[in-house]
Amino acid sequence: MTKALTLFDKVWDSHVVRRIEDGPDILFIDRHFIHEVTSPVAFLNMDKRGMSVIYPERTFATADHNTPTIDQHLPVKDPLSAMQLQALESNSAKNGISHWGLGHKKNGIVHVVGPENGITLPSMTIVCGDSHTSTHGAFGAIAFGIGTSEVEMVLASQCIMQTKPKKMRIEINGQLSESVVPKDVILYVISKISASGGTGHFVEYAGEVFENMSMEGRMTVCNMSIEMGARGGIIAPDNKAIEYLKGREYAPKGEAWDKLETYWATLRTDEGAEYDIVHTFDAADIEPMITYGTNPGLGIGISKAIPSPTDVMDGQASYEKSLVYMGFNVGEQMVGKHVDYVFMGSCTNGRIEDFRQFAKVVKGKQKADNVTAWLVPGSQKVEAKIREEGILDILTEAGFKLRQPGCSACLAMNDDKVPAGKYAVSTSNRNFEGRQGPGARTMLASPLVAAAAAVTGVVTDPRELIN
Amino acid sequence: MAYDKFDILTSSVVPMPIENVDTDQIIPARFLKAVERKGFGDNLFRDWRYNSDDSPKEDFVLNNPVYSGKILAGGKNFGCGSSREHAAWAVYDYGFRCVVSSFFADIFSNNCLNIGVLPVTVSPEFLDHLYTEIEKDPATQVEVNLNTQKITMLSSGLQETFAINTYKKNNLLNGYDDIDYLMAMKDEIEEFATTRPF
Repeated sequence: MTKALTLFDKVWDSHVVRRIEDGPDILFIDRHFIHEVTSPVAFLNMDKRGMSVIYPERTFATADHNTPTIDQHLPVKDPLSAMQLQALESNSAKNGISHWGLGHKKNGIVHVVGPENGITLPSMTIVCGDSHTSTHGAFGAIAFGIGTSEVEMVLASQCIMQTKPKKMRIEINGQLSESVVPKDVILYVISKISASGGTGHFVEYAGEVFENMSMEGRMTVCNMSIEMGARGGIIAPDNKAIEYLKGREYAPKGEAWDKLETYWATLRTDEGAEYDIVHTFDAADIEPMITYGTNPGLGIGISKAIPSPTDVMDGQASYEKSLVYMGFNVGEQMVGKHVDYVFMGSCTNGRIEDFRQFAKVVKGKQKADNVTAWLVPGSQKVEAKIREEGILDILTEAGFKLRQPGCSACLAMNDDKVPAGKYAVSTSNRNFEGRQGPGARTMLASPLVAAAAAVTGVVTDPRELIN
Repeated sequence: MAYDKFDILTSSVVPMPIENVDTDQIIPARFLKAVERKGFGDNLFRDWRYNSDDSPKEDFVLNNPVYSGKILAGGKNFGCGSSREHAAWAVYDYGFRCVVSSFFADIFSNNCLNIGVLPVTVSPEFLDHLYTEIEKDPATQVEVNLNTQKITMLSSGLQETFAINTYKKNNLLNGYDDIDYLMAMKDEIEEFATTRPF
């Protein structure tokens, strides 16, 4: 009898070009995404070594990290950002790589444009110099973030050296409650296993909750796998994944597609396959979530109070430092906390479904006067859809403006910075100190919670506004 | 040779007993706008190291002249978050050649190995002992021997073995990098590529 394998084993093993004894595997990479911040030095080093790009058709470039989210038709004001964007464009042109710069109809955040153009497919290996590459695992791909030296390796050889991670299974069964969305599911998981609970592992998400989840939702979940330290997350590619991709521009067509569908149906974890760690949770225990500290593991159900140091996995000194930074105290309720900024967007929650959720809450209400709201679509295509579906009208009537696509305030490399000491409810993925600007205080939450904060001006349980 | 060789390093240690030090702290995103790899050490731990008016924060360890050395000792889950290799560049550019912790985030650890900075994972007990010895004497010396895979507190003699795979160890001992290896197997890669369905 052959050994029972996990979904992850099947995809990983099919990409191993060579195994180095007591060393890493040489892994073939099917798709490589690059952006303006982590690729210039890789190209520079390749020039120095006189190397060329081995398979330009396997790499795709999009500008997203430092781009402005207003007036994208004008020259980029910040000279350093402009230089990085120029480098991406010229490096792509010189090497024959598809490049979607500012204003291009396919431009957007790398982890949004990959799937929406059918570049991401099940059973692929996908890398990018960005830790949220784990997003693409929603389609049954092995996808993870890499450093610039590794970007250089992939450009030059289409391979990367990696030690095979251990395997973790996260299974959640049951039905999610009203107003509990995929972002809450992943924030809940991270709060249970901590910001380092997945380190050294690759996660497979399984169970009814993920089976019933939309592709956008699965992307939100896989996206934040890195926030528990995991290399990536993967979900078995079912019909929903296949239907999402079928017919998209870069997806294979006709017979080639049919053949792949047959193969993808075999990508399931075998009965009896072993994992190094298994976590099981009950969907009914999850409520809308919000973070109160400075790592994504410090989150709680929105109706709860900030826990004491003995109830969290972080060390006491680090925990106290975190609360001091946030200006919060043990025992305080999160509901009612003052909010200055709301950021709706990012590779975590910048897709059409996320904007539908946001619009559902703000419809017929008005933006609170004390809140500055940045609504940033994940791509040009998402922006077009927001207009097409009438969501823009709902947002405009409620006093919101829509910005242009990019990573924006998730990492605040452009002008979208939350000022020091101010509080932001953000649909992005990291609440680290200074992540959204020096001194900025971030509370991570779902689009529903962000919308509820945007119209009330304080942290609010969205269930009170929807029901 | 792609980077400095690493053999035996004997140095005092800069202690940073904080957990979950993420790469946004090591180098904030607004300093990632270079198209060349230089000058990142100036912005290592920028927002913990300097006030908003660029004056040094006196209570931060890198601004305390008592502490110096080529080894940085961080708390559990060091280097978590963003995959930016700039974090490893900043650590190197500042002058560190080795980072010690009880637990490293995966991508940061890989990035360090790829540029010739050695991440050494020790037990929580060893790390506590290290901090205690530094508290007693900030000049206390630690020896990191890559060949024998031993880290030793020279003051107390306490020693631990650390793990590193043979392939990476040889690379560091000789200053080779992965690109050299990959370029040498180009034919094998090209043959493999023909078997991919997309």
